[in-house]
Amino acid sequence: MSERAARVEQPDERGDPLVVVDELRSYYESERLLGGKPVKAVDGVSFEIRRGETLGIVGESGCGKTTLGRTLVRLEEATDGTVRYDGTDVTTLSGTELKRWRKNAQLVFQDPTASLNERQTVGAVIREPLEAHSWGDPHSRRERVYDLLELVGLAPEHYYRYPHQFSGGQKQRIGIARALALEPDFLVLDEPVSALDVSVQAKILNLLSDLQAELDLTYLLIAHDLSVVRHVCDRVGVMYLGKLMELGPSEELFSDPANPYTQSLLSAIPKPDPSAPFQRLPLRGTPPSPRDPPSGCVFSTRCPLKIRPDIEGNHDLSRAQWEAIDRFREVLRERDLADVTFVERLRERLGLSTRFTPIPTVAEELLGDVSFPDSVEAALSRAVDRAAEGEVSAARAELADALGGVCEREQPVRHDVGEGHSSRCHRHLEAYADADDVLEGEDGVGGVLEGL
Amino acid sequence: MAVTDPILSVEGLQTSFHTDKETIRAVDDVSFAVEPGRTLGIVGESGSGKSVTARSVMGLVDSPGVVHEDSRIRYHEPAFVQRMARRYPDRTRTRARTSSGPDPDAESNESDGFVTLEAFEGSGTDVVVDRGFVDLVAAPEAVVRAVRGREIAMIFQDASSSLNPLYTVGNQLEELLRTHRGLRGQEATETAAALLESVGIPDPHRRLSEYPHQFSGGMQQRAIIALALACEPSVLICDEPTTALDVTIQAQILELLAEIQADRDVAIVFITHDMGVIAQTADRVSVMYAGEIVETAPVDRLFDRPGHPYTEGLLESIPGITRRGNRLATIDGRVPTPTGDATACRFAPRCPKAFEECHAVHPSLVSVGDDGDHRAACLLQPTDEDEAGRLEYHGGESDGEVGEDRDGDSSEHHHDEGGPER
Repeated sequence: MSERAARVEQPDERGDPLVVVDELRSYYESERLLGGKPVKAVDGVSFEIRRGETLGIVGESGCGKTTLGRTLVRLEEATDGTVRYDGTDVTTLSGTELKRWRKNAQLVFQDPTASLNERQTVGAVIREPLEAHSWGDPHSRRERVYDLLELVGLAPEHYYRYPHQFSGGQKQRIGIARALALEPDFLVLDEPVSALDVSVQAKILNLLSDLQAELDLTYLLIAHDLSVVRHVCDRVGVMYLGKLMELGPSEELFSDPANPYTQSLLSAIPKPDPSAPFQRLPLRGTPPSPRDPPSGCVFSTRCPLKIRPDIEGNHDLSRAQWEAIDRFREVLRERDLADVTFVERLRERLGLSTRFTPIPTVAEELLGDVSFPDSVEAALSRAVDRAAEGEVSAARAELADALGGVCEREQPVRHDVGEGHSSRCHRHLEAYADADDVLEGEDGVGGVLEGL
Repeated sequence: MAVTDPILSVEGLQTSFHTDKETIRAVDDVSFAVEPGRTLGIVGESGSGKSVTARSVMGLVDSPGVVHEDSRIRYHEPAFVQRMARRYPDRTRTRARTSSGPDPDAESNESDGFVTLEAFEGSGTDVVVDRGFVDLVAAPEAVVRAVRGREIAMIFQDASSSLNPLYTVGNQLEELLRTHRGLRGQEATETAAALLESVGIPDPHRRLSEYPHQFSGGMQQRAIIALALACEPSVLICDEPTTALDVTIQAQILELLAEIQADRDVAIVFITHDMGVIAQTADRVSVMYAGEIVETAPVDRLFDRPGHPYTEGLLESIPGITRRGNRLATIDGRVPTPTGDATACRFAPRCPKAFEECHAVHPSLVSVGDDGDHRAACLLQPTDEDEAGRLEYHGGESDGEVGEDRDGDSSEHHHDEGGPER
């Protein structure tokens, strides 16, 4: 309370960072007893959230955005790195300090049905955080709940009703009222509208922006719907496999995305305009498992602008050639990660039939129709031989060495690409800035990127 | 205008759910048609009745739901019609076809026939059918079963619940191929693998021996599409097939559906609430509200010049169209649960443009502009008439209903619960 009063007296404090996240990591340990790798849900993420702003985090499912949100409010423990809230590192708080801090930072959940206790009345649901923190006396708590109901656009008579009597949008209002009960400064909104119809979505988004103005709230909005994010957020961060690929002012990021991943993501949004041309999709496949992220740049396995290495003898491979190689490497990668039982491995060695198509057959299917320069051909056939012997990992290493390139070797660093706008991509380095060498003559990807 | 005859046509579809308390008209007098190789989009909020429409077509409405016997769901595929005509000769009837289309009077008061032949040669079990249809509402359950999955397939929203977690994807595909197409053993396995490959699943032989949980969300949806395609259906009904997916995966699935449509000339009925998806996939759009179609138009027309205030509202509430920082336009209130006959415009209580008559006259679908291709059920249409003229237009077509029920209680009840969907 006193903090808020202080801030009203000093309005210039707005814009200062409220939450500073530095190299945050959040790993889930492997379920395997020995030799398993952890899932790197959040892997070295740094950003800050300014007072009174809305920062959006977008990304495909599994990119770690929800884990990031939950780590910020201490529902998950950070593995490494710090989260400074108003100058205090909250990753190390415990006991009463942690409990006291929790009042400041609350979470609104994605599924309004699952996040409300069906057996409690709405009044009891919203009152619970007040009781847990011994806020006021029973009478003032009740008054507070009535105030909150009004604040989120519900009526006093809703106090004694049960969640199932409400629509999805109303349930989400209840969730918001509960999150606001302890007068937090900071709310993590985890997909707050993705379970709702468009017209209801609009109402909840309007409510959230009203509340932000009225109560001086700071939001972290996690969403996979990019148009929602564009509409609501001041700044946006784009996550992929636990990494923050790009961070920048909302308008700039949407109108002039710097990172190939952001570009791909934006081109995938269906535009509500039937005359817009159906653009070819540059993104193939699904994100790789976060248990075994690609070496180098995490996006390298799907990137349409991947930097290709120079081939011995100065050969330039065409896109079709690279695509065939990529597809073959994808199969090897999946094979390497698939759960292969000991018996199956044995059958494979003995040349008996297994559920797997033998690698040489796969290679024949994927690479047979394409011709390659000698050095590439040699590398490919070495890999096929290794894989046929059951050494899939060795085959992968063989191909990574010969055909990998900088994107698979080195992790890209953060480059500033504008005022408060940064992106992680090797293409920002001068030596690789010219994307034309891969896009030349290809109306597909080039056209898409120009259209953005 | 339709260049070819429809493969599936629905006329006056009514599906009601009878409970002790009331009768909910989840689908109330819905008509549409879709031609081979074309996509009809059906949009609406939850509770608008779009999923019940799809389930009605598939014959998947369970008690207490009932498809009204006067509803017409017609499947026009000639080879199938011919098979049915030969199998059920005494339930086959013939019908003259006038130059302007089928003559609706010609079939009234006929017996319990469900196969209708419009252009054919021969008779009885040797009949060769060029044009005709099977009425799926009147047809016996065995015929509906022969259509469901095999002629008209459906893709559901939730991929993970459409696959059986206890069987491998291969088992499920091969079972389908065995029961519907009689394929067995190696042949079934090879066909199954080819199907998985055709929907863009790499390394299909390995995937066949995997369980659904080993597939990612997008891969599961692809597997579902493979299952739906296994019997080479002529019509694919997609009920929110991409709603649970990421945009990147959604784009891949939409692209896949477009490819399949181009390859196989399949007709698609695409149900969604996402106007962006509709804009990209549909040739024609029907907008549903509270069990009724309130507007239908070619996709460009609908986005360009919506004729119904509800459609306008839907288009305006999409974030991204309004500038950042501006408040999003909202539609007040929520979809009512339709009970009883419609005696007024069901959208009127939420409509920013509603006037007095909207609460007394039930609008019928009338032409917007000069072609009959764009129609809206709104008392503000047709715009070239004055108010009295417009009311006559709507009153004239639904006179009887309006007159009889006007003194009855207001037939729309607003519930806190969502609509009959789910």
